[in-house]
Amino acid sequence: MLKMRDIAKIYRTDLIETHALRHFSLEVGTGQFVAVSGPSGSGKTTFLNIAGLLETFDSGTYELDGRDVSRLGDDARSRIRNEKIGFIFQSFNLIPDLDIYDNVDVPLRYRRMKTPERRKRIESALELVGLASRMKHLPSQLSGGQQQRVAIARAIAGDPPLILADEPTGNLDSLMARQVMDLLEKINDMGTTVVLVTHDPELARRAQRNIHIVDGSVLDSPAYQRRAPHPTPQADAAAE
Amino acid sequence: MIGYYVRLALKSFRRTPGLTALMACAIACGIAACIVTLTVYHTLSGNPIWWKNGVLYAVTMDSWDPKSPYDPAQPGLAPDQLTYQDATYLFDSDIPRHKALLTLIGGALSGAPGQSIPAIAFTDATTAGFFHMFDVPFEYGGPWSAAADRGPDPVIVLSRNENDELFGGADSVGRSILWNDQRFRIVGVLDHWRPEPKFYSLSGGGTGDFGGTTDAFVPFRWDVTQRHWPAGTFGCWGSSPTNTYRELLGSECVWVTLWVELPTAGQRRRFLDFMNAYWAHQRANGRFQRPRNNHLWKVSQWLKMHHVVSDDSRLLLRLAFAFLAVCLINTVGILLAKFLRGAPVSGIRRALGASRRQLFEQHLVEVALLSLGGSSLGVALGALGLQGVHAMYAGSEAGYGAAAHFDVQGILWALALAALSTLVAGVYPAWRIGRVSPAAYLKSQ
Repeated sequence: MLKMRDIAKIYRTDLIETHALRHFSLEVGTGQFVAVSGPSGSGKTTFLNIAGLLETFDSGTYELDGRDVSRLGDDARSRIRNEKIGFIFQSFNLIPDLDIYDNVDVPLRYRRMKTPERRKRIESALELVGLASRMKHLPSQLSGGQQQRVAIARAIAGDPPLILADEPTGNLDSLMARQVMDLLEKINDMGTTVVLVTHDPELARRAQRNIHIVDGSVLDSPAYQRRAPHPTPQADAAAE
Repeated sequence: MIGYYVRLALKSFRRTPGLTALMACAIACGIAACIVTLTVYHTLSGNPIWWKNGVLYAVTMDSWDPKSPYDPAQPGLAPDQLTYQDATYLFDSDIPRHKALLTLIGGALSGAPGQSIPAIAFTDATTAGFFHMFDVPFEYGGPWSAAADRGPDPVIVLSRNENDELFGGADSVGRSILWNDQRFRIVGVLDHWRPEPKFYSLSGGGTGDFGGTTDAFVPFRWDVTQRHWPAGTFGCWGSSPTNTYRELLGSECVWVTLWVELPTAGQRRRFLDFMNAYWAHQRANGRFQRPRNNHLWKVSQWLKMHHVVSDDSRLLLRLAFAFLAVCLINTVGILLAKFLRGAPVSGIRRALGASRRQLFEQHLVEVALLSLGGSSLGVALGALGLQGVHAMYAGSEAGYGAAAHFDVQGILWALALAALSTLVAGVYPAWRIGRVSPAAYLKSQ
């Protein structure tokens, strides 16, 4: 699903250069649930931004779902982001003056789907996260956990093969955090690749694979293998 | 997507109603100021008979004093009127399709039913061709005949206003009226015809360039036989006496305007050749001692030559555009601030798959709606402003009052301005928001 080779990312100002990622290489297979951890400033968010095509990088190559996306223009990157990637953020990042329905609708709008198809997907996604009855609520009328579930519904409504989650439980209490993790596992069980950035070792343990980033490089992987990997179609075929 | 963008724009307006109103008002004020000045300027500088711009020509020849030019400020220009002898000689040419001699004379009309005191009438002495070449519309009757020109017959054409005043708007053709105590037969009454500026008699003076009307028209040759001294401006040089009307006719005084209609290049060339030959013949007989300066003026050139548009109007126009620019710059600033304040939301949209182009379109739709609102308000304010100008200058000689009409052309100007304003005010902020890096805002939300 995701194959990065020797990625380097340098932030430059007039005075200093910061190497956010250096010789960063990582492969994530289709259907995997990967937890990425590391100290603050280690490059986790930079990795996630690059993986999500929100930022470019200085050198190296990046293949997403079998396609080299290293040197694409803005339109192509936006289209891939829209069709192949679902984002979940620590601070939910819902649009405050749109109701829940319209928030989930945003990525589908940019995919130029017809209204009935959009409605079906929105309702189904909100159903999955248990918020179908709150469609007309504004984000401010929901609790933090509910907002994050809306964000998850928004991320999966377009049925992307990859979910990138940046500390999705960082602003939630432990109960809510567990609910969100349950949801992510459920989504992963449906075949979606999940890459989760987290500080929380407990949450990281629930992933199939752990990546540790230190000083912009992958230090070790995998650390934990608590959950059985989701069987991919290729694996199933091989087994037969 | 346009419908979606419109919905988002309306939400955005509701989120910041004060700012939205401020921007709409800024655009409206700028556009209103421009509409008022542009409409006045356009009317002041417009060619009211533009469809005949390359067809109608005013004729000038430099018969002036060889020692000094007619207008020391513009020494290259010949007098804008002709001497009687030159005008009538050129008028007799059969090259033009239509031709008209013209001079302003003073008069008073009396003898209408129920009229108690004579009515002052600005009268143009002209020839029948005048009505044909200037496409003058008639409500009743028509122009006098060429025979009446030669006659000359005491026939008269009244303006619509004058006919309304004297005959209550009834068909007065065939009736008679006294013009300076001489009986005239009315042969025609004009329909509404009020060219602004009054291009055909710019050199005649009397009623001003704008807002002035001609109340009556009488045959030029009848005027000459009756020895009515011209009432418009006229200039003389040399020492030849002009104590009598006969002396005026033979003098070097310029007081007659000659208009010719020359639709083809061949006719224009032939008429200029005709003028040049006449000039050479006259020069050989001791006249026309200045360098040859025979000229055919298009109406637009004629207006420009007479400085119909004052420097004040031009300055006012520049100020109005400067004001619009200030309004737009302010709007750009507010828009930029507003859009950048919404950058985190734009960052979210980018993360969810919106391209820069889509964000640009979304914000441009918002600007377009804002501009539509501002422009509509601006057009309404502009119409009010023009009414104000009309009321304020109703009786002034400057003619702004008469010029301040909000017509179709004015509305088109307004729409063009609004479209341009949208482009100017909105493109940069909309483009700028598309350049925002989404990653910079997603973590900090």
